[in-house]
Amino acid sequence: MVAPLNNTVHVLVALALPPLLLGVIAKTKALFAGRVGPPVWQPYHDLIKLFLKGSVYSTTTTWVFRAGPVVGLVTAAMAALLVPLVDHSAPIPSFTGDLILLAYLLGLGRFFTAAAALDTGSAFEDMGAAREVTFSCLAEPAFFLGLVVLAKLSGSLELASMLGSSLASHWPTAGASLALVLLSWFIVLLAENCRIPFDDPNTHLELTMIHEVMVLDHSGPALGMILYGAALKLFVFAALIVRLAFPLTTGYTSLDWPLLVGALLLVAVAIGVVESTMARLRLTQIPVLLVAACLLSAFGVILLTR
Amino acid sequence: MDVVLVAILILVLSGITALALARRPRAATAFGAGGAVLGCAVGSVPTLRVLLGASPESLRAAWDAAHGAFWVEVDPLSSFFLLPVFGLSALAAVYGGNYLLAYRRQKSLGAPWFFFNLFVAGMTMVVIARTVVLFLVAWEVMSIAAYCLVTFEHERADVRKAGWVYLVATHLGVAFVFLAFVLLGRNAGSLEFEAFRTMPPLSAGWAGLIFLLAVIGFGAKAGFVPFHVWLPEAHPAAPSHVSALMSGVMIKMGLYGVLRLLTFLGPPAVWWGPTLACLGLLTGLVGIALALQQRDVKRVLAYSSIENMGLIGLGLGVGLWAWASQLPLVAALGFAAGLLHIWNHALMKGLMFFAAGSVLHATHSKDMEQLGGLMKRMPWTGGSMLVGAVAIAALPPLNGFVSEWLIYLGLLKCGLAASGGSSLPAFFGVGLLALIGSLAVVAFVRLTGIVLLGSPRSEAAGHAHESSPWMLGPMVLLVFLCLAAGVFPQTMIGWMSGALEQVLASEVWRDFVEREQSEAPLSLVGYVNAAALVAIAAGVLVLLAWSRRTAVSQAATWGCGYLMPTVRMQYTGGSFAEMIAEQLLPQFLRPRTDWQSPRGLFPAPGDFRSDSPDPVSERVYEPFFRRTAERFSRLRILQQGKLHVYLVYILLVVVIGLAWASVRTWWAVS
Repeated sequence: MVAPLNNTVHVLVALALPPLLLGVIAKTKALFAGRVGPPVWQPYHDLIKLFLKGSVYSTTTTWVFRAGPVVGLVTAAMAALLVPLVDHSAPIPSFTGDLILLAYLLGLGRFFTAAAALDTGSAFEDMGAAREVTFSCLAEPAFFLGLVVLAKLSGSLELASMLGSSLASHWPTAGASLALVLLSWFIVLLAENCRIPFDDPNTHLELTMIHEVMVLDHSGPALGMILYGAALKLFVFAALIVRLAFPLTTGYTSLDWPLLVGALLLVAVAIGVVESTMARLRLTQIPVLLVAACLLSAFGVILLTR
Repeated sequence: MDVVLVAILILVLSGITALALARRPRAATAFGAGGAVLGCAVGSVPTLRVLLGASPESLRAAWDAAHGAFWVEVDPLSSFFLLPVFGLSALAAVYGGNYLLAYRRQKSLGAPWFFFNLFVAGMTMVVIARTVVLFLVAWEVMSIAAYCLVTFEHERADVRKAGWVYLVATHLGVAFVFLAFVLLGRNAGSLEFEAFRTMPPLSAGWAGLIFLLAVIGFGAKAGFVPFHVWLPEAHPAAPSHVSALMSGVMIKMGLYGVLRLLTFLGPPAVWWGPTLACLGLLTGLVGIALALQQRDVKRVLAYSSIENMGLIGLGLGVGLWAWASQLPLVAALGFAAGLLHIWNHALMKGLMFFAAGSVLHATHSKDMEQLGGLMKRMPWTGGSMLVGAVAIAALPPLNGFVSEWLIYLGLLKCGLAASGGSSLPAFFGVGLLALIGSLAVVAFVRLTGIVLLGSPRSEAAGHAHESSPWMLGPMVLLVFLCLAAGVFPQTMIGWMSGALEQVLASEVWRDFVEREQSEAPLSLVGYVNAAALVAIAAGVLVLLAWSRRTAVSQAATWGCGYLMPTVRMQYTGGSFAEMIAEQLLPQFLRPRTDWQSPRGLFPAPGDFRSDSPDPVSERVYEPFFRRTAERFSRLRILQQGKLHVYLVYILLVVVIGLAWASVRTWWAVS
């Protein structure tokens, strides 16, 4: 396929697929619990409904509260357009050092989501914001050390070649390192997207939440943006995991895309399985697991350079 | 060249005029601040000329007092540092003119303006001096003028202590610098910089020693851990426009010293780069870990300055490391990263201190637990502070991100080029840098969130009013510059290429510029930053337009069913950082807490105290100086306070002196 067509497909997949991942996770969890569960398309209905609703703004808030969801969505969308999905350059062309941009774009989104939470002046939301930024302090080094492994293997600092099809040739030789990174990144995915065992998106007690409590006061279209932004973020991390775990290409891009979508849905199923079989960790245990993720990535780096 | 001297003259003369007009605060301000702006405007003409590629300008006149010559020069490296000196000083003068007027009933404004202008003149002279004596004299003028500015509110005991700590630290630092220059002078046989540049290369041992002395001596000025202890004391104590200047420019004079000395020492040894890089990482980690637990807004900013100096040190260290391992392109990358961050930090830290000063001006408090809700009451200050916070947390689309991105690239490329285990330090450096970056996000979400957002935590914060346009103007300009520097990083690098050619070999830098697209595509980062800005603006517009079509109503914040929420139930700065401080930080960096929970079944008073003193100052310097003072106090036996005892001392000294002289004569004869 030619580049423009590829880019179009990339944009379509990146913008349309993410809510489906949420739907698949919910369905998986429902099946494990022996329920029928909502249809996998439910998140799309939720989004449409939210965008058509009116909104209530707290009298305490300022423009920062309104900017929060927008920045969160825009940065997640940019990250989704930056990350390579199949063996080609993404719509935002890959360049030396774009790996850092990817992580820092998500950081900008986190900054504004947390600032919007602090804008409400509610202790619950402030608490969520504090937890969110605290835990990402440990997730970030784990993510970066994983990137270091890929950079060392590919000898490049462009995401497109770091996660390109050449990665397949490294699995036989440097499989141990890559497996460690895969595990570490999966933990990072769960932490950054506030899934069990870090956070329970469906809990009913504000005190125990992280992400959900941060966005308590948003409503209507703004809440829709947050939900969609969260889905996009999940999509970005899932895409990274997919490229890391299945870097193979068939040689036909028209076949690669359906395979990619299938693999992404598999990741969603995996998340659903983890969420169904594990309990939430105590808040004080979370840093331990994240440090473990850092150590996994760090050992991945050490194994490569021995 | 003459133009820069004229600028210095304007600064000094207008300062003296302000001093003479001390009884009339408005006139003193007009002359002091006006003279500073004029001097800076005049001085920036030759600065820009050299920066944009004109040949260096120098002036040399015979002068016995300065051990040889009065020799000043504006070369690219000087002009690189002169630009922030003049630019930020002019803005600080405009801002400070209005800021200080609030004190006109309690204090004379003549002296602060005299010392402010002297401070700017001193920094200018430091950068253009070309002989050791001139350099050291200018260095002292700068340091002492800064001391007099720090102790502006000298009726407060904590300010006096801060000034004292600063004075001691800066003089201990200059002792090391002095030693480095003496060693250089011994080798070159002259105290002129030109002689240092052309002298025969030093042996590895001497060069290494001089490098270490420079890193310690100049590092004390730059705020490298563990020589940073004066910085979190002095910056909060000074008036805010002075804090901005000290943090934005003065501490960079330490880096100027290191860079200037590097041009004398020739190619670096293998261990220099890693030493500086490790020091930078340590500085960055300690700085940001302490920044995120401070209550005092200006102390947060002071510790964040330490962190940023660490990042600059890391960039320069990576550059030296790559240079010594024959990786010229990576060396260029590291130095470019360090230098770019020097400019960026001047912009964003100037902005942050101006904004903090505006908050202090309006609420008379810099304790963040007394603030809150200021975004509503001071929209311009609040907006500027938020932009500054995003920039300083190194997030796209602003300028801080670009330089941090370059530092990452330098580290990664260093690691990729090294083979085997020797690449591990660079790779783990990437992980630690990521940790610093995400801790910075915490520190600045906390700062802006607690100070600007939510509900006011005190009466004063509730009644705050926006500052005057004189104070807002410089802030808005700096916001604009932060945005511009984020979108056009390539232009910034272009302007500093003269300085980089001077520090590195010129062909190395040209090589790098040619391959910039593949090595470090700055222009692409600029485009992405611009795209992010446009996308965010578009998103906001779409949301606004869409909200018009749906119903929007206002209500109180959702209190989770609680009926009587009060502002005191909001999170505080202390609670925001609690989790990190208690669970992530090592023991010695944690705040000290003292907690008495209420006892019994019924509501009773409880007590909670928390304090984040500087661990290095508390555990290293204070015991050391206390013990030294105790030892020296034993010498008090000599101080009897009786005249005849002192006469005996004089007699003894005369006798010993005469004996010494006669022994020497006898020695010479025989």
